[in-house]
Amino acid sequence: MLTPMPLDLRMALALAECDLYSNLVTRATGRAVRGQLESMLSEMPGQRLAVLDFTHVGVLDFSCADEIVAQLLLRFGAGLPAHAPAPHPPSYFMFRGLAEAHLEALEPVLERHGLALVAEAIDGSMRLVGMVEPAEHTAWQLVLLSGGGDVDAIASFAEVRSMDLHAQLVALARRRLVIQTPAGFHPLRHH
Amino acid sequence: MTTILTVPPSLDDGTFESLLQPLSELEPDAKVLLDARHTRWSSPYGLIGLLTLAQARGNRPQFYPPEDPNTASYWARAGFFRHAEKLFELTRPVPRSRSGDSNFFLEITPIAQTEDVHIVVEHIRERSKAIMETLGFPPSSSLGFSVVMSESCQNIVEHAGGPGWVAVQTYDWQKRLGRRVVVIAVSDSGVGFRQSLGLTRAPSDRWDDGAALEAAVLRATSRFRDPGRGQGLAGIRKYMGKWDAKLTVRSGTARIGIIPKWDDDQPLVEHLPAFAGAQYQMIIPQAVQV
Repeated sequence: MLTPMPLDLRMALALAECDLYSNLVTRATGRAVRGQLESMLSEMPGQRLAVLDFTHVGVLDFSCADEIVAQLLLRFGAGLPAHAPAPHPPSYFMFRGLAEAHLEALEPVLERHGLALVAEAIDGSMRLVGMVEPAEHTAWQLVLLSGGGDVDAIASFAEVRSMDLHAQLVALARRRLVIQTPAGFHPLRHH
Repeated sequence: MTTILTVPPSLDDGTFESLLQPLSELEPDAKVLLDARHTRWSSPYGLIGLLTLAQARGNRPQFYPPEDPNTASYWARAGFFRHAEKLFELTRPVPRSRSGDSNFFLEITPIAQTEDVHIVVEHIRERSKAIMETLGFPPSSSLGFSVVMSESCQNIVEHAGGPGWVAVQTYDWQKRLGRRVVVIAVSDSGVGFRQSLGLTRAPSDRWDDGAALEAAVLRATSRFRDPGRGQGLAGIRKYMGKWDAKLTVRSGTARIGIIPKWDDDQPLVEHLPAFAGAQYQMIIPQAVQV
């Protein structure tokens, strides 16, 4: 299990010298904040699960959603085609505190890049946001419900063929929507 | 010789065009006097249009302020004269006002850098909750309103290559629409859509202001190859649709509109007199309760 590492957006905003404001707006601000987040991530060794908390973010515009969220996911390999070499060790991202207004900006941005992310609600429930095929969504839910494990164990949860599921799980791991380890596939869990 | 341009008694996005026709026929450094003595009313679009006009001229135009004291006072409270005195040669003293003196929802605010966009968003965020509720929208829609403001002002910083202005006011359009409206106006004196988008474009048969506006507003085309770019205008359009609002964008010699059913404006107007930069107007009407 990876230890989730909170990435403080307010601190990133302050370090980006935008601390007079509480809103994530403008492309320039987004770039500066992402730079700070990348710097924080570089200090985390090995496989990483970073948690970005939007609870205290007021306004999130399309430009900042693109510069912070989409570009961060892309730079850490979430949008790579199937046979492209992925960054190693992989980094995973989970997003907390996303309000409906944040999602209004985020969803079109993610869809435009063909990306998706894992969002965690206050009650701990998780959901996918962005571009997800129905089969991917089903596979992701199976990982979540089963709590993760090897493919056979996850497949037994819904009596699906392991071979069919394996391809879906590998694709989800490449998209950074589930964690892949030698022991199998696991949900992005925040404890 | 000085050319006198008479500012219409009622100055809005439509009547503003009457100033541009004679202006487009003049040399860039020709002397101009704008005569607003008999102007009694102006929309935010009209006021920031005048400032943009002055910015776009090669020399400082002269300006006759409105004679009507109420109009002059209102323009002062909107912040017009505070900026106009740096851009125009004012022919007589004008009423003074301090920033924050007005009942303007957002008084005329210059936009030149990223920080200006943050200031606008901070300023309108709290106030927009109240106004969106007044218009019958849920309080959460105020965040969408802030996003619209951020993206439309940001276009000046990111794409115009020149300074701009923003202003927002609310009106009771009982006669025209039977509802309250919020009017957002954004204007810049930069390069305009045709040049901005044309920088990375291969020559084609049709590349004019109308085509550039269609590409930017209807197809979210950006001058950047990154698919993440060009989403600001697409997002603005989405919110306008959600709120049954009207969006018009004028650039160069054309104007494109996303026209709701309650308005009968043209979706695309071409062969207008040339004008610098880009001018947006968004009109958000009170929600119809069903």
